[in-house]
Amino acid sequence: MKRRDIVQKLGFSALFACMAANIVFLGGIVFFIAARGLGSINWAFLTQAPRDSMTAGGVAPVIAGTFYLTLGAIIFALPLGVASAIYLTEYSPRGWIVNLLRISINNLAGVPSVVFGLFGLTVFVKYMGFGVSILSGSLTLGILALPVIISASQEALTAVPQSIREASLALGATQWETIRRVVLPAALPGILTGVILSVGRVAGETAPILFTAAAFYVKGYPHSIFSEVMALPYHIYALMTEGTHPEEQTRIAYASSLLLLALVLSVSMLAIYIRARQRKTYNA
Amino acid sequence: MNKRKERIIRYLFTALAFASLVFLVGIVFVLFREALPIFGKVSPKAFLLGKSWYPTSSPPEFGILPLILASLWVTLGALVICVPLGVGSALYLHELAGPRQRALLKPVIEILASVPSIVYGFFGMVILAPFLQDTFNLPIGLCALTTSIILGVMATPTVASIAEDALSYVPRSFREASFAVGADRWQTLTKVIIPAAGSGISTGIILGMSRAIGETMTVLMVAGGSAVIPHSIFDPVRPMTAAIAAEMGEAPVGSDHYHALFAIALMLFLITFAFNIAAELISRRFRLKLGLSR
Repeated sequence: MKRRDIVQKLGFSALFACMAANIVFLGGIVFFIAARGLGSINWAFLTQAPRDSMTAGGVAPVIAGTFYLTLGAIIFALPLGVASAIYLTEYSPRGWIVNLLRISINNLAGVPSVVFGLFGLTVFVKYMGFGVSILSGSLTLGILALPVIISASQEALTAVPQSIREASLALGATQWETIRRVVLPAALPGILTGVILSVGRVAGETAPILFTAAAFYVKGYPHSIFSEVMALPYHIYALMTEGTHPEEQTRIAYASSLLLLALVLSVSMLAIYIRARQRKTYNA
Repeated sequence: MNKRKERIIRYLFTALAFASLVFLVGIVFVLFREALPIFGKVSPKAFLLGKSWYPTSSPPEFGILPLILASLWVTLGALVICVPLGVGSALYLHELAGPRQRALLKPVIEILASVPSIVYGFFGMVILAPFLQDTFNLPIGLCALTTSIILGVMATPTVASIAEDALSYVPRSFREASFAVGADRWQTLTKVIIPAAGSGISTGIILGMSRAIGETMTVLMVAGGSAVIPHSIFDPVRPMTAAIAAEMGEAPVGSDHYHALFAIALMLFLITFAFNIAAELISRRFRLKLGLSR
């Protein structure tokens, strides 16, 4: 075996090791959390409220809180995100506008999540007077989800063949009719992928809701958009850092982490699956 | 009539599309507005280079050097992990994995990216920290080392997916030319393909860094929280994000402490903004170099 063959072999083994490390990390995280969390998950855990100062009971209102926050964020970000994507791909504005908007979208995607939290605190909680509430939290999370929805929608819209648009315009449809009746329906599965991806992202975020929505403990279910809520990610943090019964709380934190992990991972696997099918259809 | 409706719709979409810009400008405005009052009390120089962060003692001290150094320290540590792993995985996917392996491995990386940061933090706190403490016989498990490892794992998917994109843009002809002059696969990879994709790969590394330095929940739970200048990788530290997240709840609105925390957030924003702009510029140059239109 020549020296350069040995070098190649070693190099390729190193690359394999790097790839394998990813699998080990993912497997390790899922395994440890599942192994210690699974035992505490049962019907009562999923349907009851926390009780006895967070040492017993379940997480039902906490799940509800995460559901409302995520729903609110999507309701806010979806129309804005799809409209931005439509403007950028269909109305093809001038070059500098495209560049300016692309740079803002990229930078918005790179803003640290805790900074979104401070923005939400200043603007929604204080300035607009929504207080620490589902509304403030949803709006904050919505801004964070916006770049994800825009880029997925853009990808979906660009994938729609130009010939379909031209056919519609040739039949006498206006641009808006073409977008509404032809382009959007064709791009819908791709846009849906973006929505699902952002659901996964938003449901797991903690820092943006620290000062805008989350509470350590709230009695019962949230009853209006102005209520403070418990949310799954913040619940885990609170269980690990507050309270007086570390052992019991860690047990519940394991179960909550497993629940959140299962939720977020299944949501993103769904998105990956839909997107893979989508790409196959276009390539075929 | 129809024409007018079309025009109104066009204006509507234009207005909505500017939302991202409005939010970005809004964030900058809020950060500056809420941060500036602190510089009436502490000079920017004393703020940035001051070595002690005691915001609640009297008189309070607002020097954020320990926090900045802590952020850089754990980010540097994360780079040691995420650069080899991320670039290595990208090369493996691009060079060695067949279509079937790729179909399986790419989702693994994406799923690793979608694990919530609170779960990483929790994992670091209950599994990794005790493990490292036992293994290295450390006085405390929640320290810069633990944080760097977790941040490195979190940043790996970012580096890997952007680097993989960059590799796929390298034209086939480069590879064929290299094989034609007798190079083997490894030589082609290290001498032709990596240099050609170099700036694309560095974009990935910069964005990975940006992700690591802005990460909040993980460092809040795992870094240990003591606001001193780090001297070793085993020191507990308090990065900028952790300070903001941990102290904002207790800082009275409008107090010096409150404004100081916004000033930290402003610093953080400027750092990540610089990273993102750098990534943007480098990736633009990369596309020009390879003659790509996008």
